[in-house]
Amino acid sequence: MENKIKIDFDKTFKNYLSNDELGFKKNNLENFIKKGLPGRKLESWKFSDLNQIINKNIGELNFYIDPSKENLIDNALIIKDFDHNKIVFINGKVEELDFSFEDKDKVKILKEFNIRTKIKSKNSLLNLNNAFCKNFYKINISKNYTMNKPLIIYHVSANNISSTTLNSQLNFILEENSSLKIVDIYKDKSEKNFINIFYNFTLEENAILKNFKIDKSQNSNIKYSYNNIDQSKNSVSETFILSNGSKFLKNEINCNLNGQYSSAFINGVFSLDTDKHHEIRSSVNHLVENTKSYQLVKSVLDDKSKSVYQGKIYVSPDAQKTDGYQLSKCILLNKNTEFNAKPELEIYADDVKCSHGSASGSLSENSIFYLRSRGLSYKQAKKLLITGFFLDVIEKITDEQIKNFIKRTMELNQ
Amino acid sequence: MDEKNLDIIKDYKYGFSTDIENIKAPKGLNEEVIKFISNIKKEPKWLLDWRLQAYKRLKVLKEPDWQKPKYPKINYQDLYYYSAPKNFNEKPKKLEDLDPKLLETYKKLGIPLDEQKRLNGIAVDAVFDSVSVATTFKDTLTKHGIIFCSISEAVQKHPDLVKKYLGTVIPITDHYFATLNSAVFTDGSFVYIPEGVRCPMELSTYFRINASDTGQFERTLIIADKGSYVSYLEGCTAPMRDENQLHAANVELIALDDAEIKYSTVQNWYPGDKDGKGGIYNFVTKRGLCKGNNSKISWTQVETGSAITWKYPSCILKGDNSIGEFYSIAITNNHQKADTGTKMIHLGKNTKSKIISKGISAGLSDMTYRGLVDISPNAENSNNYTQCDSLLMGNKCGAHTIPYIKNKNLNSNIAHEATTSKISEDQLHYCQQRGLNPEEAVGLIVNGFCKEVLQQLPMEFAVEAQKLVGISLEGSVG
Repeated sequence: MENKIKIDFDKTFKNYLSNDELGFKKNNLENFIKKGLPGRKLESWKFSDLNQIINKNIGELNFYIDPSKENLIDNALIIKDFDHNKIVFINGKVEELDFSFEDKDKVKILKEFNIRTKIKSKNSLLNLNNAFCKNFYKINISKNYTMNKPLIIYHVSANNISSTTLNSQLNFILEENSSLKIVDIYKDKSEKNFINIFYNFTLEENAILKNFKIDKSQNSNIKYSYNNIDQSKNSVSETFILSNGSKFLKNEINCNLNGQYSSAFINGVFSLDTDKHHEIRSSVNHLVENTKSYQLVKSVLDDKSKSVYQGKIYVSPDAQKTDGYQLSKCILLNKNTEFNAKPELEIYADDVKCSHGSASGSLSENSIFYLRSRGLSYKQAKKLLITGFFLDVIEKITDEQIKNFIKRTMELNQ
Repeated sequence: MDEKNLDIIKDYKYGFSTDIENIKAPKGLNEEVIKFISNIKKEPKWLLDWRLQAYKRLKVLKEPDWQKPKYPKINYQDLYYYSAPKNFNEKPKKLEDLDPKLLETYKKLGIPLDEQKRLNGIAVDAVFDSVSVATTFKDTLTKHGIIFCSISEAVQKHPDLVKKYLGTVIPITDHYFATLNSAVFTDGSFVYIPEGVRCPMELSTYFRINASDTGQFERTLIIADKGSYVSYLEGCTAPMRDENQLHAANVELIALDDAEIKYSTVQNWYPGDKDGKGGIYNFVTKRGLCKGNNSKISWTQVETGSAITWKYPSCILKGDNSIGEFYSIAITNNHQKADTGTKMIHLGKNTKSKIISKGISAGLSDMTYRGLVDISPNAENSNNYTQCDSLLMGNKCGAHTIPYIKNKNLNSNIAHEATTSKISEDQLHYCQQRGLNPEEAVGLIVNGFCKEVLQQLPMEFAVEAQKLVGISLEGSVG
């Protein structure tokens, strides 16, 4: 892979970038080559060996992106359920940034190299992303501004694609008292690509971020998405993950609660069938006093699918009065399914309230019996129970419009 | 003894050492030392070969480093792998033949080897450094056909049994410390309960590290044949020394059809002084195999000692309907570190496991619960329940929970719960209001917190353990 990646890199960037930027990218490339794709030997990839998964499903990756190629946006992909601002990624490249519903002075879009994501992580995929991401964008929401409409970020991959690896990156700053809602939607036409997405959020005092990640369209791609969220005083972040359509998807949320009274909510739903393999790994770092986090992840597995939940609550010695909660539940519907969990607590402060729970098993026979004795067929009873199981998480979504949209996409409306 | 020394002794009352002449193997770890150990124990050739094979593998193995408590690198060439009281080539037949100093030591420890003076009828096997010094109540046990002796004796007298079962649960191809133990193990206990026998008394082993610069590498093998039952207790202490001493034991349990083994440990090795100097490295591998159908293995442990405790008593539930249980209290204070938990590996149908773990950390200590529940695709209708609670005292200590949960069977259920908190002000206030001083109040609350586990211990041990819980936390309040 080493030679191939270097050739692809030179071909893509050599004559197009400033020395500064090229140096930065080269440095990251070297680091990525040194570390390689993450595999089973790394604790955070213990249950999902990415190296192996890519080898098995894609084979050798290539990285060349034709810089001259313009991609057209297919209007059929744009959802019509509600008005929204949009960012459209096509094959890892930003093709449209549309904030027409917003006050132009309040939402600033910067596009320059030195505003690149500064995430502290040893993750080799961040190196890969830094090396191959086409453009670094930064979106700045001004003080006291609440977005009129949600922002939908479309991740589209076309079928006539030269590279098998797509890297994209976005950087958001939410200034004091601002608020932003983001919906991520994946629309894939390509097959067997590795998609690598990094988001970095900085939440200043009283800022509110809501991020809904919806992976619904069926595809055979391998995906990795990483959210880094830095929170100041009184800020709130809410992340919701629907994990359903891709062949492999790992969502990683790293949340640093740096300011007092800040809180983080991470909720997720896995609804998997065939031989899909999905994972959510969260790590919430309580770094100061009086912070709160809440995590709820539920999964329903059918056929030969596999889901993994690795959740970590870290409480530093200064973070007294922390309230941390974590619950993961799983229903196994088929004998070939597999659920793995590693709910982890790492606590260095004594005046805290932290707990986690994890439960897995089959559908309760008693519940099925109860429903059937009231005249439902087995199929109806099963559907009702699963719907109820999911709704428990969906109802936690604090935005009515988006909650209903998600219910419709998941066909949970009775 | 001046007052200062008295004060130290008060903290860890087993901290004395016995001045007794020792025979030691040459310092260092090599084939010669292994041959020396094997030779002095008059072992058959197959066992020596087995040891050497383990040693060969050890040379290519790397010491694990994933665990939470880090420790300075151990120089394995700077240890004595065999140390025995002098004139111990032949085990004394009668207690009167024992060195009076040894008897004195055990008397100080509160383990009377003198049978007449014992009221509560527990058969004891005492292990001093590398050799077993005395086993009591032999006659009563022999009547029932129970074999309870040191493993060296078992190698001589019951080689078939030892050969058949040794290394079947912890093979020589296991991890670093288990393999090290296989290569250099010196003594330990051997128990065989014949078919259908319910062992009439508690069996107990008492381990003591005395000599300095030695590591203790004991190996315990317990076999419960069809339909039998045994309850086994293990206790340990060591003198106070400035250097760290290594204790790497292997314990193998095998339960055949309908058999039940209950294994209880009160581990009270020297934990080091208040500044974290000295203490025992307790790196132990304990594993039980529920080989037969309807068998049951239950681990109960009270871990209060050692500078570093690093052990995961595990159950492999191979037989259908077999049951594995793990009850644990781990207390760390001052600079102690513990990384402990269990593994429940469900292979048979209708297997059940239960894990109750209570961790208390105080002072500057660090405690980790690390556990694995793995239900394989064939383990139909299996069940696991895990509860691990941690209690923190003070804001300089840490408590961590790292469970690994793997469910690969549709009809199996796993439930896991964990909480971390401190002693609530309300509870403390309530107790103090009723006339307890703060220390007593904490003792009472902690004992209540641990009750579920303490109840699992045999009577005599439960009382001792309850006191130990109080003592270990002394000075951590306020």
